[in-house]
Amino acid sequence: MSVLLPGSLAEALGSLAADPDLVPMAGGTDLLVHWPQRTELHERSYLDLSGVEELRPHRWEADELVLGGLTTYWDIIEDRRAWNELPLLIDAARQVGSVQIQTRGSWAGNIVNASPAADGVPVLMAYDAVVVLDSTRGRSEVPLSGFYSGYKEMRRSPDELVTEIRVPRRAYDVQIFEKVGSRRAQAITKVGVAVTRSDAGWRVVANSVAPFVCRCPAVERILEEGAAVGGPDDLLPGIREDVSPIDDIRSTAEYRENVLARLLYYDLLDLCPSFG
Amino acid sequence: MLRREGLSKLTGQERYVDDLPLEDFLWGATVRSPAPRGRISNIVFGDGVDWSEFVIVDHTDIPGRNAVYLMEYDQPALAPGYVRHVHEPVLLLAHPSREVARRALREVQVIVDVDPPALDFRSLPSPDLIQYGEDNVLKRLSIQKGDVERALAESPIVVEGVYETGAQEHVYLETQGMLAYLDDDVLVIKGSMQCPYYVVKALKPALNRSEEEIRVIQTPTGGGFGGKEEFPSMVALHAGLLALKSRVPVKLIYDRTEDMVATTKRHPSQIRHRTGVDENGHLIAQEIEVVMDGGAYVTLTPVVLSRAIIHAAGLYHCDNVRILGRAMFTNSVPYGAFRGFGNPQAHFAVERHMDVIADRLRMDPVELRRINMIRDGQTTATGQVIGDGVDRLQIVDRALALSNYERRRREHWLRNSEHRYLRRGIGMSAFYHGAGFTGSGEVMLDSRLHVEGHPDGKVQVLCASTEMGQGQITIFIQLAADRLGYDPAEISIAEPDTHRVPDSGPTVGSRTAMVVGRLVERACDDLCRQAGAARGAPVKDAIIAWHSAHPGERLLGKARYEPPPGIEWDEENYLGDAYGAFGWAAHVAEVEVDLRTYGVRVLDFVSVQDVGTVLNETLARGQVQGGVAQGISWALLEECVWKDGAMQNGQLTNYIIPTSGDLPPIRVEFVEFPYEHGAQGAKGVGELPLVGAAPAVLNAVAAATGRQPTEIPLTPERLMALLGNGDR
Amino acid sequence: MSDGRSDPLRISFTLNGEPTTVEVSPSERLLDLLRYRLGLTGTKEGCAEGECGACTVYLDGLPVDSCLVPAYQVRGRLVETIESLDPKGMAHYHARGTTQCGACTPGVVMTAEWIVRHPDRLETHTVRELMAGNLCRCTGYDGIIEGVEGALGDREAG
Repeated sequence: MSVLLPGSLAEALGSLAADPDLVPMAGGTDLLVHWPQRTELHERSYLDLSGVEELRPHRWEADELVLGGLTTYWDIIEDRRAWNELPLLIDAARQVGSVQIQTRGSWAGNIVNASPAADGVPVLMAYDAVVVLDSTRGRSEVPLSGFYSGYKEMRRSPDELVTEIRVPRRAYDVQIFEKVGSRRAQAITKVGVAVTRSDAGWRVVANSVAPFVCRCPAVERILEEGAAVGGPDDLLPGIREDVSPIDDIRSTAEYRENVLARLLYYDLLDLCPSFG
Repeated sequence: MLRREGLSKLTGQERYVDDLPLEDFLWGATVRSPAPRGRISNIVFGDGVDWSEFVIVDHTDIPGRNAVYLMEYDQPALAPGYVRHVHEPVLLLAHPSREVARRALREVQVIVDVDPPALDFRSLPSPDLIQYGEDNVLKRLSIQKGDVERALAESPIVVEGVYETGAQEHVYLETQGMLAYLDDDVLVIKGSMQCPYYVVKALKPALNRSEEEIRVIQTPTGGGFGGKEEFPSMVALHAGLLALKSRVPVKLIYDRTEDMVATTKRHPSQIRHRTGVDENGHLIAQEIEVVMDGGAYVTLTPVVLSRAIIHAAGLYHCDNVRILGRAMFTNSVPYGAFRGFGNPQAHFAVERHMDVIADRLRMDPVELRRINMIRDGQTTATGQVIGDGVDRLQIVDRALALSNYERRRREHWLRNSEHRYLRRGIGMSAFYHGAGFTGSGEVMLDSRLHVEGHPDGKVQVLCASTEMGQGQITIFIQLAADRLGYDPAEISIAEPDTHRVPDSGPTVGSRTAMVVGRLVERACDDLCRQAGAARGAPVKDAIIAWHSAHPGERLLGKARYEPPPGIEWDEENYLGDAYGAFGWAAHVAEVEVDLRTYGVRVLDFVSVQDVGTVLNETLARGQVQGGVAQGISWALLEECVWKDGAMQNGQLTNYIIPTSGDLPPIRVEFVEFPYEHGAQGAKGVGELPLVGAAPAVLNAVAAATGRQPTEIPLTPERLMALLGNGDR
Repeated sequence: MSDGRSDPLRISFTLNGEPTTVEVSPSERLLDLLRYRLGLTGTKEGCAEGECGACTVYLDGLPVDSCLVPAYQVRGRLVETIESLDPKGMAHYHARGTTQCGACTPGVVMTAEWIVRHPDRLETHTVRELMAGNLCRCTGYDGIIEGVEGALGDREAG
């Protein structure tokens, strides 16, 4: 195993350009799971980003919150402004694993890890976040909602690193995040959903119900149109158009689909008198 | 008294087997069967490894009998040619580098000509699946009282139910681990275990060694719960074989996944009840069938089945009872001891069934229990006359009072009709657990214990009981201190080392405080006698004086188990006094069901326990809370996902135990009815709390939803299926 | 622990207040470095996947699972293990049954003491939520939570 330890972003990008097979590593909270047993991983070459200090800080601009490429969940939990302005980021962050994971896991890492069950991605997507990627070739910006094209397939070239995540600052009148796991902490999401409404319209983002975290356009349409929803089952056709949950070791397709419908129905009923 | 070894544990100084400083040793690794049944046709060693660097052990290296002796000799230490379950050990490897040993495991292919495996214990096996006796029945047991056939026929109402429980993995936070090395001619085994002498008894026939040539030492053990009752013998034997072949110390520490998938678990069960009652809820007849998955080797299955059927009818009085028990051979990874040992399965069924009966009769489930609860003078299913003076109704009443049962029930009724998707419910269970070994088990164990007085007047207890968190060390010090009139600081417990301590029996079965603790007291009495301590005079002075008069000699007080008088057990017919003492308890659980997610949250849990005299409040409460937590978790969270006999979710990510956020504060109260033959009146405490937790939780869910769940774990997916995706 | 396949890295960091320099293999976890090479066996391994928290240490003052930290990543940083805590601060945990078998205990105490030192976090989190990264199979958590609450009470008073 070899590991490169760049001290700057330029150095990191240069190394990646020279060898796109390098595996970038940040907090290690996914890569190091069962590390001693996964001996095949010890053969590879890694690009360790932990020394690239410039990627860590996040900043509040006039119209957006900019997360750094190494900003952790805990960095945001410690930021009062996030609690007030972008509370779904907090809801999601505090339900990632545990404190010990939140202090090490990064939002960007969660994005490029591309798990269908990723917990940071739905809320970022519901906030219309934009992923900023840098390489020696330049910069590219991709809306998170268009970042994934398949299971673990994303619009990131091997020589690119996520250096920023830009989250618009907006007024929202609906903000919902639900994570359903097997227990209240340290749980992989069985089904999750993030919902926002602002002047930009409705955003409904589901995780663990498709090969990648995705917006639910059919459900969003139902909400935009203000259609009458008499019960959770009325949402199922839209859900079935948007997502394709499966049976796996943690849960079943039937459970995921039904619970997604029920969460949406009851939570929206609680928040929006006009719904249902 | 505070936990003696508490500070050492809190500061990280307590040394578990993997913490022991060690130089020049080998790491062991186990090559296992990939298939649940078949003949090993070949073992292929990959080309990419320099096998000359390894110590390799197979069944031909076993000097004695290829068996891990427990109750029988049926379980091989290393599969000699035929495998009967996935992950059955086939080969052992050792290498100085743990990483290299791990890599090497992938480079060994065990090729198995597979035969069709028997994997469903519930269904009768087809002829090609028969591998034990004529019908794959590992053990059959029955209990009969009165005339069940006639009584059922005459019952105005008959209520039936089938209840199922799944396997439960122990998840002790310290995995299985052993260290083995030769000290001259003595094979020394150090490691995580509950029963050092079980390990000795297993190693003797396999290694052709005497007790003098085997020395087993228990290191501080990070949790056991029964999972380290029998399995450590296998690990110790493996480490020992490697150490004997290499002549170098060998450390064998299981990875978490390996530990979860390859070691013992709680026996899965399916229990059928057919109960005859009258219109007022009196039990007229109880017909019960208990079927368990016995796995591929006998291990302790017959005793688990035994305890299950003895308790299967619950703590009620009924004149007509028939309990049939059957443990089935399957090609599953062998099952073993787990806190409760068959009784949690039995009580899940009977206590769930009582609520089902109450529902059918439109009766209050509390009232149903009250009118049937066994009274002093009445007999159990085995014909044992209960007469211990325990006020069981008081236990129930206390639990109901502490939990505000009635008020909460009314509040739930109102609240449930108002809330869109949250439903609350409250439920109870009443249950009991025999302390110590069944019937003549304690006589067979013939436990012994010594208490030594040293020249400086300090005293040490020598026994094979082990501390695994339950507080054994502290309790024994307390008992000795109280008996001798000593400051506890002057008393210590010897390291459980089979070359130094006598066999006081295994640390299991809720026997440690009650049975072995009593031996501590009696050995202290003997110590006083030996030292010539005059009544009322300080014992310490007598001990010091004795040593002055007997330089170079040892002063040992000794005790040997004596059964309490009047216990008569007929093993043949399963009749009579199954246990010398029972602990009695009631739980009340309050839950909230979220109809959005079908998730169940336990809001409040109350436990009232009679464990005789409470020797140490903090330790006893900790045992109750921990046992309740394991029971709640078994009811709602823990599920083994099986495929072709192999556990698929052998990771803590996917095998779910509760975090601190998943449990409410568990409120505990004790009512004390001292047991005259237990140390200071104590009875067993370790297992009782787990026994009744699952049915209390499910009874609460039934109250919240109006449906009757019959299977655990009651995962949200199962609850969704039960509720039929409808809102109530 | 180097098995000859990887080039060792020389790293310097502060360990329990002491400057420390050591060679690590790139594939070495912080947990392995602490336990097997530096003799600090107080930190335990329970799951190898960051679920149980038995391996909790402080990295720059924050609790982390050391089984998920590559050893070389601590270069230039502050690492504190259970061995750095003052035994005199354990009184509440001892009195209230925070430990039973002890296997989860060092990790529990590390997280607990971090909470006690940063009680401001309790404005937004409960103790149970903050402790949820430390699995315990023995106590059912009451002894742990009560230990933390006792220690917090002391802190407030003192």
